[in-house]
Amino acid sequence: MIQRFLPLIVTMAVLVVGFLLCAAQFPNFASLRVVGNLLTDNAFVGIAAAGMTFVILSGGIDLSVGAVIGFTTVLLAVLIEQAGIHPMVAFALALIVGAGFGAAMGAVIHWFQMPPFIVTLAGMFIARGVSFVLTTDSLPINHPLYSDLNEVAWRFSGGGRLSLPAMLLLGVFALSMLLAHWTRFGANIYALGGNRHSAELMGVPVARTTVGVYALSGLLAGLAGIVFSLYTGAGYSLAATGVELDTITAVVIGGTQLTGGYGLVLGTFGGVLIQGLIQTYITFDGTMSSWWTKIAIGVLLFVFILLQKGLLAVWSDRDGDPAEA
Amino acid sequence: MSLSLSGSTRNLPQYGALVAVLLANWLLFPDFFSIRLQDGRLFGSLVDVMNRGAPVALLAIGMTMVIATRGVDLSVGAIMAISGAIAATMTQAGWGLSAVLAASLASGLLCGLWNGVLVAVLRIQPIIATLILMVAGRGIAQLVTEGQIVTFVSPDLAAIGSGSFLTVPMPVVLTVAVLGLTALLVRMTALGLMIESVGVNRLSSAYAGVNTPVILIAVYVWCGLCAAVAGLIVTADIRGADANNAGLWLELDAILAVVVGGTSLLGGRFGLLMSVVGAAILQAMNTGILLSGFKPEFNLIVKAAVLLVVLLAQSPALTTLLPRPRGAQPIKPHPVAPKRTTP
Repeated sequence: MIQRFLPLIVTMAVLVVGFLLCAAQFPNFASLRVVGNLLTDNAFVGIAAAGMTFVILSGGIDLSVGAVIGFTTVLLAVLIEQAGIHPMVAFALALIVGAGFGAAMGAVIHWFQMPPFIVTLAGMFIARGVSFVLTTDSLPINHPLYSDLNEVAWRFSGGGRLSLPAMLLLGVFALSMLLAHWTRFGANIYALGGNRHSAELMGVPVARTTVGVYALSGLLAGLAGIVFSLYTGAGYSLAATGVELDTITAVVIGGTQLTGGYGLVLGTFGGVLIQGLIQTYITFDGTMSSWWTKIAIGVLLFVFILLQKGLLAVWSDRDGDPAEA
Repeated sequence: MSLSLSGSTRNLPQYGALVAVLLANWLLFPDFFSIRLQDGRLFGSLVDVMNRGAPVALLAIGMTMVIATRGVDLSVGAIMAISGAIAATMTQAGWGLSAVLAASLASGLLCGLWNGVLVAVLRIQPIIATLILMVAGRGIAQLVTEGQIVTFVSPDLAAIGSGSFLTVPMPVVLTVAVLGLTALLVRMTALGLMIESVGVNRLSSAYAGVNTPVILIAVYVWCGLCAAVAGLIVTADIRGADANNAGLWLELDAILAVVVGGTSLLGGRFGLLMSVVGAAILQAMNTGILLSGFKPEFNLIVKAAVLLVVLLAQSPALTTLLPRPRGAQPIKPHPVAPKRTTP
């Protein structure tokens, strides 16, 4: 049991200690306003990272999420501003397109036995390319519903607010945990990531699970795109460039094994918040340059991977498994 | 080399694709093949294709061997940014060309060593091991340039990007030199064979006496060096270092060039020249799209289409479905786990 939860405990400990250190240095840090903004600012990365967690748990990877987020913002801007479609209909269309795109990639990965890395790379090119073809400009979205949705918030005393993106983030993680840990689909994903061949022999529906995992990642990337377009109020084909890396980093810091099969969805939530915390700390500090974010996240990534390697080595020795070559 | 004859027929699709793309360019743009000599340097669209394709071709040379060991190096774009940042900053500070080149290449070597140690000694998955430097590398490059776009005035360094040697543009000369040197190192010694054997099966290679950690580290170091040279070319070409954008997403182009060149992502047999041909195909398509007046935005979609077609053609599932020409043996997919029959 401790094996399963130790990475999560470490991640959460780093998050809490980091937050306390920040709070010790800046008295204003420990406020509901900062926490609320932390959730709002990282909502789109977090939602996409939840989808990435499932993909990585199944032993795959999805490089297309950033491009799908960018494409969704452009699609929404074009549909709402140029085609005059109601935002709610446009949202539904964007989610369908995202899920369909993911399902198509999953289908190619499964039936043509191609590496997920390269298939989703092609997906990334396609999604970015199509959004470039739609528009290279940043299109503002001025629909009144957008300003209404941005006003939706659960306000706390002291100026803190839980905005709609933050609520969506929390909701997505709650549902993802249910899906991963208490459904047959979730169990199938873990089985597939643990050992594909054994999973197949056990009767796990490999095709349906693979397609489903990538469809889920595409759906959540679409939702992240909707949140991003609410957040920026515009559609831009270069939006969310490199978010796929942020999400993968969040998943790794969250304690999920990149080889698949081990990890918890809640860890990814911690990973997203740790990255957000570093960014917030550097903003608060004011004198540090933004590149320290990248270096700090790189160092953190390294430390967490080493930690995982160490833990895995200790366990496999104890279980008497032969060391991997 | 013994494989050269069978190799040339195997690589016909790549050469065919290159010729087809070049011919398509020629149809769209009749002056495509015209080359003129001006100020002691060759000019023309074809020269331009080779010149612009040089950085990706250089990356692809290093990447080919990494992929042959069943790895991948995502950090080459960031290494380009670091080597470029060091070159520009040192030149601005008044260092001589040799010191600048040495420091810049040393940075590539160190980055490659870091990746290699992570993959070979700590046994981290290559995608993740190199992801660390991909994320942190750009930060390091920005640290070197202090967040500025560092420009320099040095005809010596600029010559690497825009100069020429015997009328041939310098980037092309460097690419050919690196390709020649790499081919010499891996094909005239047993190194190439060992790289392929590590890619096919690391454990059996180790049992067979191949020093797998050394091979893996060497491959990543060489990839880092190639990336450093590419970074120097890009920096010298624009006479400045942009830590944010130098080499951005070029790692993906390099992987694409290797895949188009026919080296399998599952490791094993590799073709250095074919990866350079792959880079040339990509660049020729890019130039063609620009010349034909299509929006450059179509470039990504065309790239994705090419990638999918090449991958589908190599897909183990498809090769077993389609009849093989002239009685060739169907390629068996690498089994992920040993298959056991139920008792």
